Amino acid sequence: MTIATAYGDLTALSGDEVVTHSYVRDVRLASGATIALITLDNDRDHTRPNTLGPVTLMELGSVLDAQRDRAANGEIAGVAITGKPFILAAGADLSKVSEIPSTAVAKQLAQLGHEVLGKLDDLGVPTFVFINGLALGGGLEVALNANYRTIDRGVPAVALPEVFLGIIPGWGGAWILPNLIGIENALKVIIENPLKNNRTLKGEEAFELGIADAIFDSGNFLEDSLKFADGVISGSVVVKRPNVPGKLERAVKWDAAVGIARKMLESRIGTVAQSPYKALDLIKAAKNTDRATGFAAEDEALAELISGDQFRASIYAFNLVQKRAKRPTGAPDKALAKPVTKVGVIGAGLMASQFALLFVRRLKVPVVITDLDQARVDKGVDYIRGEINTLESKGKINRDESNRLKALVTGTTDKADFADADWIIEAVFEELGVKQDVFAEIEKHVSDTAVLATNTSSLSVEQIGAKLAHPERLVGFHFFNPVAVMPLVEVVRAPSTDDATLSTAMVTAAKLYKNAVITTDTPGFVVNRILAKLLGEAMHAVDTGTPFEIVDRAIAPFGLPMTPFELLELVGLKVGAHVLDTHHAAFPDRFFESKNLHALAEHGQIFERDAKGKIKGFDKKAVSIVKGGKSPMTGEEILRRVEDGLADEIHRMLEDGVVEAPEDIDLCLILGAGWPFQMGGATPYLDRVGASERVFGGTFHTPPIRGME
Amino acid sequence: MAERAEVVFVDGVRTPFGRAGEKGMYWQTRADDLVVKAIIGLLERNPNVPKDRIDEVAIAATTQTGDQGLTLGRTASILAGLPRSVPGYAIDRMCAGAMTAVTATAGGIAFGAYDLVIAGGVEHMGRHPMGSGVDPNPRFQSEKLVNAEALNMGNTAERIHDRFPHLTKERADRFALGSQQKTTQAYLDGKIQPDLIPVATRSASGWGLATVDEAPRPETTLEGLAALRTPFRPHGRVTAGNSSGLNDGATASLLASADAAKELGLTGKMRLVSFAFAGVEPEIMGIGPVPSTEKALRKAGLTINDIGLFELNEAFAIQVLSLLDHFGIDDEDPRVNQWGGAIAVGHPLASSGVRLMIQLAAQFAEHPEVRYGLTAMCIGLGQGGSVIWENPHYTGKRNPRKGK
Repeated sequence: MTIATAYGDLTALSGDEVVTHSYVRDVRLASGATIALITLDNDRDHTRPNTLGPVTLMELGSVLDAQRDRAANGEIAGVAITGKPFILAAGADLSKVSEIPSTAVAKQLAQLGHEVLGKLDDLGVPTFVFINGLALGGGLEVALNANYRTIDRGVPAVALPEVFLGIIPGWGGAWILPNLIGIENALKVIIENPLKNNRTLKGEEAFELGIADAIFDSGNFLEDSLKFADGVISGSVVVKRPNVPGKLERAVKWDAAVGIARKMLESRIGTVAQSPYKALDLIKAAKNTDRATGFAAEDEALAELISGDQFRASIYAFNLVQKRAKRPTGAPDKALAKPVTKVGVIGAGLMASQFALLFVRRLKVPVVITDLDQARVDKGVDYIRGEINTLESKGKINRDESNRLKALVTGTTDKADFADADWIIEAVFEELGVKQDVFAEIEKHVSDTAVLATNTSSLSVEQIGAKLAHPERLVGFHFFNPVAVMPLVEVVRAPSTDDATLSTAMVTAAKLYKNAVITTDTPGFVVNRILAKLLGEAMHAVDTGTPFEIVDRAIAPFGLPMTPFELLELVGLKVGAHVLDTHHAAFPDRFFESKNLHALAEHGQIFERDAKGKIKGFDKKAVSIVKGGKSPMTGEEILRRVEDGLADEIHRMLEDGVVEAPEDIDLCLILGAGWPFQMGGATPYLDRVGASERVFGGTFHTPPIRGME
Repeated sequence: MAERAEVVFVDGVRTPFGRAGEKGMYWQTRADDLVVKAIIGLLERNPNVPKDRIDEVAIAATTQTGDQGLTLGRTASILAGLPRSVPGYAIDRMCAGAMTAVTATAGGIAFGAYDLVIAGGVEHMGRHPMGSGVDPNPRFQSEKLVNAEALNMGNTAERIHDRFPHLTKERADRFALGSQQKTTQAYLDGKIQPDLIPVATRSASGWGLATVDEAPRPETTLEGLAALRTPFRPHGRVTAGNSSGLNDGATASLLASADAAKELGLTGKMRLVSFAFAGVEPEIMGIGPVPSTEKALRKAGLTINDIGLFELNEAFAIQVLSLLDHFGIDDEDPRVNQWGGAIAVGHPLASSGVRLMIQLAAQFAEHPEVRYGLTAMCIGLGQGGSVIWENPHYTGKRNPRKGK
């Protein structure tokens, strides 16, 4: 049976695969030996990286078979693989995975990868991969399967991001890597980094970990790699691998490291996400299994995960973050955006100072902050300049840049200094009258076209602009805390906001390296409305007599990064109570307010914590404050209420056009609240648990984003 | 006050030369990358050279736009990983670009301004065809300052045949054949390879590695040469066979003051004796090396009889023959272009000057009986350039077999 017929179901999905070809040329080395040099190249430019689909793998497989024959005939003394400029390969072609019809076909995908890449381990002559550029997932596994690797010092990203996407490195990575670079390094690459916002390694880091045997500068990378290969073939270069685990590491360190990693995982992300634990199992087993057994275990694990719900949701989420986030729906023409050459920040408190810091770092234009008195202004400016000095001392910016940025930041109590600002953002007290007056006053000093942005999280943007002569230049610009870190900005289009203003907001958000989602001017916009629903239900359950413990664990099946009460403490109990009040006022029949939460806010805490801030249990006083409810709920009841409540609320938001599509809701929750990929944000999860069906008799997605069995 | 210094040629390397154009091996390789790889290779061969001691990087190119623009010496220095403190600049004297990079920086060393320099050149004639983007001043025509034919190098070579009728096409073809044969032999003897820096080359069929020159045609015969068409004139004499081709390639050399070389433990392969450039009528630019060589000999206090080895750039066979004829040297004199020349290996314009020096330096080591050598070349728009070098291996004893 040929490889093509063996994997027929797989190739049937690959009609329009962008094939990465395996071009092969013989290279005569200085020693006189000949090496077959395979170039992976999809014949597109660097904006379309090499990917590895079934057709690609089969071509590589037949090229490798041909080289094995040539090696046997003595025609070649080695085989090397490298990529097109800047790119080895970005991993498996995931464009068709959602069409994989069965676990059996999913397993074929794993087996095909193993069969083809595995050839590199046993070709009759030494095999090499020269990691010349981006090497992610399956792309890195091509290299791991070879006998030797070199890496370009300029490589921007090497990683095994599979766990981030809800799968595992299933083309040899999970078994080979720990056996190549040691248990702790492998755990870092396979599990820790993907969960740290999908961190990647630079060439130097990958080399230090032992992923490559040699590292060379970009200027002569391929030439030096070929020279290295020549040395290995001729015996003049001896490769040392200090990180390969020895007997002691296997006997003593291995299981302990896996155990520590498991505990860390459980405390950091809970146990809902399957892929990190699958990866952990595979790595644990790699301690004393042979290659074939390890690969077979990868086949099973990969097939199971590809068939499951979480992977589908993760791919959906990944595409939202990678694609939809970069082309926001409903954004007006960028050409309409007004230039922002000077920024005014109203307020000099912590939030305002964080805005000023972000704007000056990203836009590099003058930023002037103002407040009621000189002392507050000075404090704000000092804080900002101090943060810039910190960036300099950490080496993130150099002295010249530091001087430049510090010189751009000024403070004033004279609003006239805002006259030539074309973007003014406020971060004053969250009270309608205050914000109205602040903008009305500032309007006297600025041009008629300067954009006014409000960071309100709960007030009506339209009402904030009620006292403006030109309300059409007012827009909501809602950041998430911490401002420097969270990637989301909700851009709120009030009824009078004009396109030029909206476009300016979208372009400015992009320049701040933020992903912007346009929402209507409705309470809570997207993220806070969803969280208010969730936290309102949680407090309601407490108010009716359910113990904190039950409530806090009830929505564990979501796999959220924080429990409801951890989240409440993070945002601040007062703020939380205020958010619930606001939403209850807007939608009294659907959102709960909570007197208990106000009382807890007065008390100041829900959890009892140790000196390091680690949670020990629920605070006794907090428990007594909320006592008295007569009709406690079970965890299942709460979970059902939250799921159905979210499905209902999101359904309403879409009916009302708060955002264009469920994708935008999910994007907001992923980027603004850290909701996990395995949920797909919220809507794929709500579809797959049946909440959508129960609440509105349909699904958010057609077909629903779920596994196949 | 800076002290006057002796100048030594420490080392030189080059990329293999490619054939220009879509089918050439460097079609998808940038010009700046070529010279950068030459510089990296040069420094790897000379690990004793502290990079921060390099005082200048002078890189020549004729068409200084695109990947040959942006002040090549500076950009190449940065791309080659030299410290930011090392300065650099770009040079243009058409075919004698690299030669001028050497003489200009050598002048700086001699004056005491530099201790160590890198001088070289690059020409990617595939990406930058000869004459692309030029805009000759109309006064050349209106005032008859330069005949339009002078801008076409083939025409200027035909003009040498006109001036010296005894230098026939047959002699030119025979010289061309000799160039191919000598290059073939030099490759077989492994003379040329040691100074070549391999270059990874990209093509539609994947990456490859250039390790040897692409242009030589070892299969060349006199009959074949005789049958070639004469593209510059009907029934002319200059053919693709007795001219250098259109090529891509780069060279880099390391020069030092004798004191700096001694301090750093570097061995000079050649000592600079004198150099000269001279102008001739643009319409017959190929005879330029005659007056420049006379001038260089005069400045050195030498005669042509003192020169034991010649590395003459073979832009055209006829142009080399005119120099040999002028000095009374036989067409097949064994001192001349022992390993062949540009007719075989190619002539990527502004890079070639250093190739001559690389080969002369290697031949000096083989010929301790030779004291002086000459590198010379003709230059478009009517110039010649000549550099006379002394052999540090010279023992003062004549090689009895080879004579003088």
